[in-house]
Amino acid sequence: MKELLEVLAKALVDQPEAVEVSEVEGEKSLILELKVAPEDMGKVIGKQGRIAKAVRTVVKAAAVREGKKVIVEII
Amino acid sequence: MKSVVATGRTIEEAVEKALSNLSVSRDQVDVEVLEKPTRGFFGFIGSKTAKIEVIVHKSKCDHIVELLQDIFNKMYISVTVNIDEDPDAIHVNLEGENLGILIGRRGQTLDALQYIVNLAVNKVDGERKRVILNIEGYRERREETLQQLAFKLAEKAKRKHGDIVLEPMNSHERRIIHTALQGNPNVNTYSEGEDPYRKVIISYKK
Repeated sequence: MKELLEVLAKALVDQPEAVEVSEVEGEKSLILELKVAPEDMGKVIGKQGRIAKAVRTVVKAAAVREGKKVIVEII
Repeated sequence: MKSVVATGRTIEEAVEKALSNLSVSRDQVDVEVLEKPTRGFFGFIGSKTAKIEVIVHKSKCDHIVELLQDIFNKMYISVTVNIDEDPDAIHVNLEGENLGILIGRRGQTLDALQYIVNLAVNKVDGERKRVILNIEGYRERREETLQQLAFKLAEKAKRKHGDIVLEPMNSHERRIIHTALQGNPNVNTYSEGEDPYRKVIISYKK
């Protein structure tokens, strides 16, 4: 899950080397915290969060198979 | 990535050589100068040729295949990616077992993936090109479903002598509805609201 989010984020930003994803494991859910360079924030969020929504949709689709709820947070 | 090293009396000459060697145009490559040419005395003694390296940019199609395979790899699904480029768009067709999870409810996962691929691929260089993802004819099936829906609801609007409001759709799907009912003598169609909640209204012509 973590690696998938990394691939997606790195594809979108100008500074892929600054992309960092950390996992916080909960009981029923997995929280993925995505960090990017400050200049790249817009590239992963988008107008009215459109890009962030698309990223979450794809990650969620992958999570369905693992039967776990995945939450993507951009920090 | 493909690259070639070439030499010449001037930098331009070396670049020309490399380009014709690779049969690509100037805007498809990056040029790196390895050694600058020097004239030397009398134009020959101690003169040095220019040495450059020409690096071919990754094509959009290669970029798409690479990115998608990377994504599917991390999703642990195996997918065959077929790609076909025409002047309007790059059509990507995905084939594999159980790709339902890639389509999602009403195609929302497929649309999300398509949106991300579009952004990623068009981020690099000037020329923008639309990328359309399809999974084993899903887009065609969906188009047919929407047309049938449009015809059915147009009938309903006629019966009720009123307006029918459809659920929110993206621009592509709204267009399918509008086009399906364009020549219909009984109804008009228009859209209302702001994306992503914009929806089509089928309205009875009095």
